[in-house]
Amino acid sequence: MYAIVVGGGKVGLNLTRELLDKGHEVTLIESRRDRYLKMEEELGHVVQYGDATELWVLERAGIQRAGLVVAVTGDDEDNILICQVARDKYLVESFIARVNNPRNRPYFDLLGIRPAVSATDLILRLIEHEVPEYGLVHLLDLPGESLEVIEIQVTEGAPAVGRKVSEIDLPEGSIVISVLRGGGGFVPKADTVIESGDEVLVCLDPGLEDQVTPQFANA
Amino acid sequence: MAFILIVGCGRTGAAVARKMLAAGHEVSVLDDDPLSHDRLDSDQESSWEDAGGRFTIGKAIERDALVEAGIEQADVFLASTNGDNTNLTISQIAQKMFEVPRVIVRVMDPARAEWYESQGLETVCPTRYAIDVFERELSGLGSGS
Repeated sequence: MYAIVVGGGKVGLNLTRELLDKGHEVTLIESRRDRYLKMEEELGHVVQYGDATELWVLERAGIQRAGLVVAVTGDDEDNILICQVARDKYLVESFIARVNNPRNRPYFDLLGIRPAVSATDLILRLIEHEVPEYGLVHLLDLPGESLEVIEIQVTEGAPAVGRKVSEIDLPEGSIVISVLRGGGGFVPKADTVIESGDEVLVCLDPGLEDQVTPQFANA
Repeated sequence: MAFILIVGCGRTGAAVARKMLAAGHEVSVLDDDPLSHDRLDSDQESSWEDAGGRFTIGKAIERDALVEAGIEQADVFLASTNGDNTNLTISQIAQKMFEVPRVIVRVMDPARAEWYESQGLETVCPTRYAIDVFERELSGLGSGS
């Protein structure tokens, strides 16, 4: 299959490499001269220099015979336009667009640009799957040892704010092992006072999250 | 009297905005650069707002900015930012999402202007116009031999 990839950032470049590895014919179009020159050293004639929202640039790349167009520039309007032109003017069968700003997704839907892939959305979905309660992140699960480490963002007005670690109402089987504050982290002592905005790492027996989290984060 | 929303307050957008306001229309201008507002005020006796104009700071592609600028009430939508792709995207949003009755879009690239014109967008292409004028002016030279 002949594929045209537009945008030679990290995504576009690595995608091009993968497609080449799989034996596909690929042209990568990059509009920034410095990026183009750098990639040309590695990819040779596979990469072309130009603004792929200009029709002649797409035609020079042979869009008429392309089976796939992938628009992964850092500009949502460009990605929309490239896919729209590929589909409607050059009748390219498959196309994939990158959504940089998830708030622009309705526009991709409106103009029928599907599939549209957003890294932010993908990661967000993973987070929602992995983190049932907002504000709490499972850092480490050690089922063999029956231990977990979780990270909690301390919110204003939570019971722990302004209290010493030793005074926080934590259940048996849990302990604050680290406090992240102002870009650094430290191991707290019994008299360390928790502040709003801290992130705390808590080591605990599995199943105690429901008792631990409310001390640091208001529901 | 029509309500005209102009997106992009550059030389073109600002000049058209002033003329349309003077002609008695309701005019709202949207631009992400607060300083672009100066183009609406310069050489005028009263400020743009005192003269009855509206100005909103915001990105053309942002739905909230378009709504704040009044796209839901607009009779006419002009896309005149300095980006062809932005203009072509927002004009389709105006047409299909907000169903603005009349949408006019500036496209600098003649090839894209022609294609989108054929797709049902009313396009204005200053480059095409300049090429035509140059060609006409130079036609007096006759053919080189």
